[in-house]
Amino acid sequence: MHRRARAAARLALAGACALLAACGRDVEGKDEIAPGSDAPAYGDTFIQASIGDISGLIPSLTADASSAEVGSLIYDGLVRYDKDLNLAPALAESWNFSEDCRELTFKLRRDVKWQDGEPFTAADVLFTYRTMIDPRTPAPFKEAYLLIKDVEAPDPYTVRVRYKEPYARAVDAWDDYMLPRHLLERYAAEGKLRESPQNAHPIGTGPYRFQEWRTGEKVVLVANPDYYAGRPYISRVVYRVIPSQATVFLELKARGVDFVRTLTAFQYTRQTDYPAFRKAYNKFRYPSAYYTFLGFNLKDPRFADRRVRRAFAHAINKRELIEGVVLGLAREAFGPIRPGTWAYTEDVPRYDYDPAKARALLAEAGWKDRSGDGIVEDKDGKPFAFTLLTNQGNDERRKLAEIIQQRLRDVGVKVDIQVIEWAAFIKEYVRPRRFDAVILGLGTGVDPDQYAVWHSSQTGPDQMNRTGYSNPEVDRLLEIGRASCNRQERVKYYHRIQEILAEDLPMLFLYFKDELPVVSSRFHGIKVAPAGIMYNFTEWYVPRRLQRYTAG
Amino acid sequence: MLLFALRRLLVSIPLLIGITFISYLVISLAPGGPLDFLTPEDPNASPEVKERLIREFGLDQPIPVQYWRWLQRVVRLDFGRTFLPDGKPVLTKIGERLPITLFLNIVELLVILGLAVPIGVLSATRQYSLYDKITTIFVFVGFATPDFWLALLLMFLFGVQLGWLPISGLRSLNWEYLSFWRQQGDFIAHLILPIGVATFGGLAGFSRYMRQSMLEVIRQDYIQTARAKGLSEQTVVGKHALRNALLPVVTVLGLSLPGLIGGSVIIESIFAIPGMGQLMVQSVFARDYPVVMGNLVIVASLTLVANIVADLAYGLVDPRIRLGGRRRR
Repeated sequence: MHRRARAAARLALAGACALLAACGRDVEGKDEIAPGSDAPAYGDTFIQASIGDISGLIPSLTADASSAEVGSLIYDGLVRYDKDLNLAPALAESWNFSEDCRELTFKLRRDVKWQDGEPFTAADVLFTYRTMIDPRTPAPFKEAYLLIKDVEAPDPYTVRVRYKEPYARAVDAWDDYMLPRHLLERYAAEGKLRESPQNAHPIGTGPYRFQEWRTGEKVVLVANPDYYAGRPYISRVVYRVIPSQATVFLELKARGVDFVRTLTAFQYTRQTDYPAFRKAYNKFRYPSAYYTFLGFNLKDPRFADRRVRRAFAHAINKRELIEGVVLGLAREAFGPIRPGTWAYTEDVPRYDYDPAKARALLAEAGWKDRSGDGIVEDKDGKPFAFTLLTNQGNDERRKLAEIIQQRLRDVGVKVDIQVIEWAAFIKEYVRPRRFDAVILGLGTGVDPDQYAVWHSSQTGPDQMNRTGYSNPEVDRLLEIGRASCNRQERVKYYHRIQEILAEDLPMLFLYFKDELPVVSSRFHGIKVAPAGIMYNFTEWYVPRRLQRYTAG
Repeated sequence: MLLFALRRLLVSIPLLIGITFISYLVISLAPGGPLDFLTPEDPNASPEVKERLIREFGLDQPIPVQYWRWLQRVVRLDFGRTFLPDGKPVLTKIGERLPITLFLNIVELLVILGLAVPIGVLSATRQYSLYDKITTIFVFVGFATPDFWLALLLMFLFGVQLGWLPISGLRSLNWEYLSFWRQQGDFIAHLILPIGVATFGGLAGFSRYMRQSMLEVIRQDYIQTARAKGLSEQTVVGKHALRNALLPVVTVLGLSLPGLIGGSVIIESIFAIPGMGQLMVQSVFARDYPVVMGNLVIVASLTLVANIVADLAYGLVDPRIRLGGRRRR
C-alpha cells in the first residue's frame, strides 16, 4: 500500500515538474555546454528586468527612464554617443557648423527606412521639429528646439538648422528621436499625438521593431532585419516589469532575467560572490552620470556665509560616506561635471576631512560654543540648528543624512532630518525653496553646459537653480560657454566654472555613484567604456551553443 | 423585499455623489498635481507645456467646477483619458487590470472559505483540544507574518532552491508557444505562490469567525433537541448547526465583496502581477485624477451594491428577518 502511494506521489511530482517545465532552475544547476565555436550567431532572447513599466511608446512625450530605454531600441536620432561619449553619426552621416555657430547642416543617410518600409527623409526631421515646438505637444524636454529659428530641407537628404543665438549644444540635442511624418502628420495637426496608433504600435527606424506591450507585464521587441547598420544579432528583447528589487534579484538567481540595469551596492559586493553566480553572470562597473549632493538654501543668512559652507565641507568625510553608504562603489565628486567628459577637471580646491578646521571656520563666522552644551551659537546665543530634508523611498539618501547629521554634530551643529514623500517634497519644499538644506541628486549630460542649474536667472519655481546661487563671473562664463562652438575655448570656460563652484560651494558635491549592471555570461561582445555597456547592444551576440531561448 | 431593495438603491445615488466629491476634494488637495511628470527634476525640462495642458484639462478651475465637469461626463459613462503619456481611456486602463485582480481575489476567497469553514467548525466542536490549540496557533502565526517576507522566503525556496514554481509574473515568456493545457498549467503554477501567501494571512479572520459563531450555535437549545431526537452528530453539526453558524459569516462575506476589486499592492509588487493595487497606488503617486476617480466610482458603487446584496442575502438566509417584518404588520 505504501509503495504504491510513494510511486504515485513520485509520478505526480514528475508530472507536475513536466507541466511546470521549470525544475532545477537555480543558477546553481548544471549548465550543459555542447562543444562548438564562439563565433557571432543570430538568435536568442535578451530578458531585461525593469522596475517600472513604460508610460508610452512615443518617448518624446515621456520623462521616465523605462520609456527612454525601450524607445532607444525602436527609434534613432540624427546623432548618437559612442563609447567614449563623443558624438557619432546615426541617421545623419555628417554635419558641420557655420563659422558663427548659428547654422548647422546635417547630411542624412540615404539607406534608412522606417520599419513599415517608407524611406526616412529630411521631411521627417522637419516634421519632428515642428511637432516638438507645437505648444499642443505635451513633451517635457523641448528647450533645445525652442532655441531654433528655423529648419529647412533644401533636398530630401539635407537639413539646415538656424539658431537664434549661437548654441553650443546644438548638435547634442539632435540625438532626440525622429518621428515618422507619414504616420503622425494627421494626429499632430489635431494635437492628438498621445491618441495616435503610434503610441500603441510604434514604427521607428531603430534596430528593433515593436511586437507587443502587455501593460504592467512586459514589452517585447524583435530584431529589425532592415536596420541600416545591419541586423542586430539578438533576435528578441523582452522587458519584464518587476517592481520589487528583491524579486528581481531572485529572478536573477533563478535565471529568469538576463540583465539588471544596476544592482545595489550590497548585492554587488556581498550577495553575488559565489562561484555559480560568477559562472552564469558577468558583473560590470562604470561611473554613472548622476551625482548626489547636499544643497544649501543660500537665502538663509547662515548658509549665505561661505565660511560656514566650507566648514561643513571640512566636517564631512566623503570617503566615509562612499564606503558606508555605497560600499565604496562611487567616486568622489568635486563639481557638477561628469567625470570622463571632455570638460571635466579635478584640479579644483579640495576640502579634506578636518573637524578642527571646520570648527575654526565656524568660529570665524561667529559660531562658537558659548554655552558649553556642545552646540555652537551665534553672538545672540541662538544655536546652530537646521533641518535637513530628503525624499522618502531612497535608502541611500536617508543613510547619507544620518551620517552627515552625526559628523555635523561633532563640530557643534545640530541637524534634524525630515524624510518627505516625493511629490510633496518637490512641490512644497524644493520648488518654493522652503528648505534649509536638502540631499538630492542631479543628472549630468555629456555637454558641460549647466546654465539651467547655475545661472542666477534660473531661480523660478520650475527652474533648476535650487540653491539660489548667483555669481556674476559664473553667469558670464555660462553665457559665453553655451554660445561658443569652439571646443578649446569652452574647455577653458568650464574649467574656470568648476574652480569657482569649488571655491563657492553652493552645494557639497558628494559622489558619482557607479552603475553596477549584471548580464548573463552567455552574451558576448560586451565592453565597458565611459558610456557604459549598452552603447553597442546591437553587436552583442550569443554563440549558437549557448543560446537559451530559441522559440520564435 | 423589493421595496426595500429599491429604497436602498435610491439612497445610494446621493451617497455616491457625496463620496466621489469628497474624494475629488481630497486628492486635489494633496500637494503636487497630475502634470508634474512633465516638469521632472531635470535641467532640460521646459515648463510652458505644463501650463498649457493645465488650462486644457481645466485644472486651473476651482475644485467644485472641476468636479462638476467630471461628473457631467461620468453620468454619460465617459470616464475620460489618463493624464499620463500613454493617453489611454481610463476604462481601458482599469479593464486591463481588473480581470486578473478579480480572478485572484475570488479564488483566494474561495480557498480561504474552503479552508476556514472546516477549520472553524472542527475547532468549535473540539474546543480546547490539541487540534483546536494547534490550528489557533497556526492561523495566528499566519495573521502575524508579514506577507512580503513570507512571499520572498517561499519564492526563494520554491523558485530558486527547488525550482518547482516560477518566481514572478503571470505567464512564462514562451506562453504563446505552449499547448492549451500547458498554458493553463503554467498559469496555475504562477498563481500558487501569490494565492498561497495571501491565503495564509487571511485564514485567521474567517476561521475565527466561524469558530466563534459555531460555538454560540452549539450551545443553543435546538441543538440539544436535535441530539435528543436521535439525529447523528454529523447531521446535527453539519446541517442544523452549520447553517445557523454561517449567518455572521455571510455578513462578513458581503462586506468583503468590495475588497474583491482592490489588490494588495505589496503582493502585486513582489510577484510582479499587473493588478488594480499597483494601478491605484501608481495613479495616486502620479496624481492621475481620471484613473483615481474612475477606480473610486467603481469601488464605491460596488461597496454600496454589496451592502444591499448582503442585507438582502441575510434576509433570505435567515427566515426570522424575513418573517419578522411581516408579522409586525
